[in-house]
Amino acid sequence: MQHTLIALVENKPGVLTRIASLFQRRSFNIDSLTVGRTDNPAISRITIVIDAKNNNAERLTTYLDNLINTVCVEDVTGSAIVSRDLAMVKVNVSPANRSEVIQLVDVFRARIIDVANDSLLIEITGSEEKIEGFIEVLKPFGIIEMVRSGVIAMGRGPDSLGKNTNFMYVNNNGNGIKKKGG
Amino acid sequence: MKKLNGAQIMWECIIREGVTEIFGYPGGANIPIFHHLSEYPIRLVLPRHEQGGAHMADGYARASGKVGVAVATSGPGATNLVTGIATAMLDSYPVVFFTGQVSTNLIGYDAFQEVDVVGVTMPITKHNYLVTDVKDLTRIIREAFHIARSGRPGPVLIDLPKDVQVETINWEYDDSPIQLPGYKPTLPIKDQEIDQIVDMINKAKNPVILAGHGVLLSHAMSDLKDFAEKCQIPIALTLLGIGCIPATHPLNLGMMGMHGEAWVNQAIQEADLLVALGMRFDDRVTGNLKTFAPGAKKIHIDIAQSELNKNVKVDLALVADLGKTLRLLQPLVESADRSEWIDYIHNIRKDTGKRDIKNHQSEKLHAAHVITDISKLADPDAIVVTDVGQNQMWTAQYFSREKPFSFISSGGLGTMGFGLPAAIGAKVACPDVEVWCIAGDGGFQMTQAELQTLKQENLKINIAVLNNGYLGMVRQWQELFFAKNYSGTPLTSPDFVKIAEAHGLKGIRVTKRVDIEKAVLEAQNSEESVLIEFLIDKEDNVYPMVPTGAALDKMIRRPEMVP
Repeated sequence: MQHTLIALVENKPGVLTRIASLFQRRSFNIDSLTVGRTDNPAISRITIVIDAKNNNAERLTTYLDNLINTVCVEDVTGSAIVSRDLAMVKVNVSPANRSEVIQLVDVFRARIIDVANDSLLIEITGSEEKIEGFIEVLKPFGIIEMVRSGVIAMGRGPDSLGKNTNFMYVNNNGNGIKKKGG
Repeated sequence: MKKLNGAQIMWECIIREGVTEIFGYPGGANIPIFHHLSEYPIRLVLPRHEQGGAHMADGYARASGKVGVAVATSGPGATNLVTGIATAMLDSYPVVFFTGQVSTNLIGYDAFQEVDVVGVTMPITKHNYLVTDVKDLTRIIREAFHIARSGRPGPVLIDLPKDVQVETINWEYDDSPIQLPGYKPTLPIKDQEIDQIVDMINKAKNPVILAGHGVLLSHAMSDLKDFAEKCQIPIALTLLGIGCIPATHPLNLGMMGMHGEAWVNQAIQEADLLVALGMRFDDRVTGNLKTFAPGAKKIHIDIAQSELNKNVKVDLALVADLGKTLRLLQPLVESADRSEWIDYIHNIRKDTGKRDIKNHQSEKLHAAHVITDISKLADPDAIVVTDVGQNQMWTAQYFSREKPFSFISSGGLGTMGFGLPAAIGAKVACPDVEVWCIAGDGGFQMTQAELQTLKQENLKINIAVLNNGYLGMVRQWQELFFAKNYSGTPLTSPDFVKIAEAHGLKGIRVTKRVDIEKAVLEAQNSEESVLIEFLIDKEDNVYPMVPTGAALDKMIRRPEMVP
């Protein structure tokens, strides 16, 4: 079963390696992993989708939390979240079927971001299901190339991840400025 | 404010962490570190192999409760530490390792003696660092010691490039609070969790406490004793829990697990409540997990959240410091009379005396005799350090200790060669305590070069090498499960007595039980370290034994002896 974990980690060199290394040695399979900065320059946010049985996901959450650089981790599987993925798909088109492809782009609320003689480069954001559905309908036309960013996720409602965590805002020189919560 | 370079800053910080002795081996990439060491009041113990140095720092930490420190150079020096780091990691001991590294501008170019030590040791350290800016060094060292000694202790490694070691800055010790937002070593305990535990304990008829390493790490020995005495619950120990309660305490059942005593394992399988304190249900202790303690409710208290509900699903798991928890429980649990259960266990115990080889005269010299006799003659405060294998199990079974922190053994990783260097580290930590190292001929040969460290450092320990000409524990498995195919297990040894003498130490050889006492007294009274080689029965086995896949009470027992 797929589990989605969100983690806030310190923005320090090597943190991503630590996390990847943890997965490898605990034998967990990563379906997708994204990491990016947040509004707090000292903190990065990681979204991980793994394939795990229930108990294993709980173990993994604990191991992730144990890492010194991890500020907080939450398994948001099954809770009220919004998750998004972004894909760029370069699809084969001919004069005959070009308009059909353009119609599909409209239906899926995707965007054409590059046009060439025999191809269209399409950008699409949405849930995993939407993206997978779009790729399925494009396949018969011939997909030349594609790339996906990986899933990012956030809880619905007013609360933030790590809201109950008391962590400090630390810049890279190690000078601390106290700041509560998320 | 002083003008100091990285190497000096390193020692300034280490001194302020209370370190007085270190175990270090120089090399190209850490000469500046050694150069400035002479400016500071720290004793350097030089091993003969970095692995020895790592085990020494580990043994030092185990005997003293302080953080051990080991220093090595880059490349091969660092990789030689790996086994020692993993040993400390799996047994949760605080050791900080400093490795030299090539200059920052050379990192990643396959420079001479360059290795990605941080990458190599990432899975076997609690945390590790590569210092790229000398201004970070003070903070990193303070964090490293904090991480090593707090929560669940563990090894931390700091990789220090040579250019950082020689770079000079204006330095002042910064002791502002350590900021590790992702590190929460302790959590508060909720009232309802305590109430639930009290309730489960009061209702139990046949409870057993499983006490492990956590009791010692938390210094909760007297809390455990008070608690167990009030509720009258018998205590079974893991290998690393030995010593948390005196061997002769009436509630101490002894060691459990694969080579635990038969009555202990049986009691656990028949219990209706298990209270697991600071232990992690390692596979050496549980036997087949599917059939482990089938009728028992289980309470698990440990400081490491990752151990709870990992191997064994329990009814109540609590992340907490043991000492604190036991003190909270003490006034709330009921005094109980569980004499029926305790007598029942004692009755199972009775039949074992017959099978125990230590009670039998024999022409051959048995390890059980050797260890029992040494144990009787050893100082009550003595520390015993084991190597790994049959020698380790026999020592756990027969070397009875009354005091905590007096039994040192590589449990989690089971590292052969651990014994001698760890004993050296323990002696450096406790110079006035009698130290015994018990090893087999296999493990001893792995790190015997450290005998010279004893000589150079003028350290006195007593070494007992149980020589049976085999890798005993593997041979035992081959005998019981592989049709006696002794592949790779017979091994020859040098003349250990001559080896000891070649190192300028004393060597004695014993072949008969009657000669044990004389040899031990001679060793204890000698000024220098003494190695006693015991030529023991070649195919003796450690009993009882829970084979892999068997339930904990389905033990292979020693065939009954004819008196």
